[in-house]
Amino acid sequence: MKYAFPLAAVIALVLIALIAVQIPGMQYLFGVAIPYLAMALFLGGFCYRVIHWAKSPVPFKIPTTCGQGYSLPWIKHNKLEAPVNASQVVARLFLEIFLFRSLWRNTKATVYDGPKLTYESSKWLWLFGIMFHYSFLVVVVRHMRLFLDPVPWVVSFLETGDSLLQIGAPTMYTTDVTIILALLFLFGRRLMNPQVRYISLVNDYFPLFLILGIVTTGILMRFFLRTNVDINAIKQLAVGLATFSPTIVADISSLFYVHLFLVCTLLAYFPFSKLMHMGGVFLSPTRNLANDSRMKRYINPWNPDIRPHSYAGYEDEFREDMIEQGIPVEKELPPKAND
Amino acid sequence: MYDSGKIIPGLIIFVLFITIPIWYNRGAAGSVPKPVLPKDAKTCVLPAAEIRAEHMKLLNTWRDEVLRTGDRGTFEIEGKPYQKSLMMTCMKCHTSKKQFCDTCHVYASVKPYCWDCHIAPVE
Repeated sequence: MKYAFPLAAVIALVLIALIAVQIPGMQYLFGVAIPYLAMALFLGGFCYRVIHWAKSPVPFKIPTTCGQGYSLPWIKHNKLEAPVNASQVVARLFLEIFLFRSLWRNTKATVYDGPKLTYESSKWLWLFGIMFHYSFLVVVVRHMRLFLDPVPWVVSFLETGDSLLQIGAPTMYTTDVTIILALLFLFGRRLMNPQVRYISLVNDYFPLFLILGIVTTGILMRFFLRTNVDINAIKQLAVGLATFSPTIVADISSLFYVHLFLVCTLLAYFPFSKLMHMGGVFLSPTRNLANDSRMKRYINPWNPDIRPHSYAGYEDEFREDMIEQGIPVEKELPPKAND
Repeated sequence: MYDSGKIIPGLIIFVLFITIPIWYNRGAAGSVPKPVLPKDAKTCVLPAAEIRAEHMKLLNTWRDEVLRTGDRGTFEIEGKPYQKSLMMTCMKCHTSKKQFCDTCHVYASVKPYCWDCHIAPVE
């Protein structure tokens, strides 16, 4: 039942926005003040988290290697799995970030009678994970048509591609379908898979429900509850926000404010949640370090500065005390000048 | 802080990327579309708020009825019969595509495919 609380929280957020915007004047709070606050929290919190991470030293070189490391010339080196230089590390990070390579290795463990434990490749998480992330990216870039005036060709090109199927009017977006499917799979996986269900926490369910809420309100606004969803008034508000002169010119549907409020919640919540893997993937030592610990000496950055202290130096420092205590010394005290 | 030579530029790129709307618009709020409304006609086929929200659905329904089911019947508003037609009904009052349709569509980057088949009026 760990999903009950986050579900209730998202429903509460929807109701808050839905009811509050009925009060005159609250449109300005939900349309202008909260978006600015959320964006400031997002950017500030994101930078804070990354700098906070950058302040933590990495005591050991700990790259994950899943292939043959660099060794003798006749042993084939796996450059992606055991990178030894910067360009190989960049290649590995690139594939990790753009193709989710480590999820591709996901396996499913099953126990049969015997008992017999088997592992088999399970690519569903990879498929729906990458589907979700790329759909979300396209959705975000597509929304730039509301923030940028004139609309750059990249945005309209992407939008044309996304609505290429020309189903219905306004045309259906392919990413709307894929993001919903992917979210439902990612949620279903947490319910159905006993191991994953066991380790799933409130902060795993909350972002899923929140993004599902954002997507649902967005789809409702575009296709079903179109009354008062005045796209020009919305664009005027969005461009106004980006140019620091926001205006709310028309009576926009409260569904729009719900959508916006959920997005603001996501932005504000982002830096304080697991969603920070967006920045964290670049900073994970197991991914971004080269497997060159046998070629270059890696020095723990928090090592104190310990100078070598030879016995001769030690005796020089304590000779008088040593003689006084009767400890044998290698070099006697120099004769006193007035003797 | 460790690796500041890589992390600080990375963060700067991230912030610049997120704030694209701010420096792309360069503080200018841009012009708001002002579609030119017909002078002689007072009413549209649906009330203003409804036609604004639903016109694309209505046009799609008309297309499906006329072209796919072959139902070319007319409908009546205030005793006058109208055809289910973009060119014969809509464009009769809203004569200019550029001054009416395009004003909002260009602003919001909407590209309806009406004109894939219909020939747009020469302006």
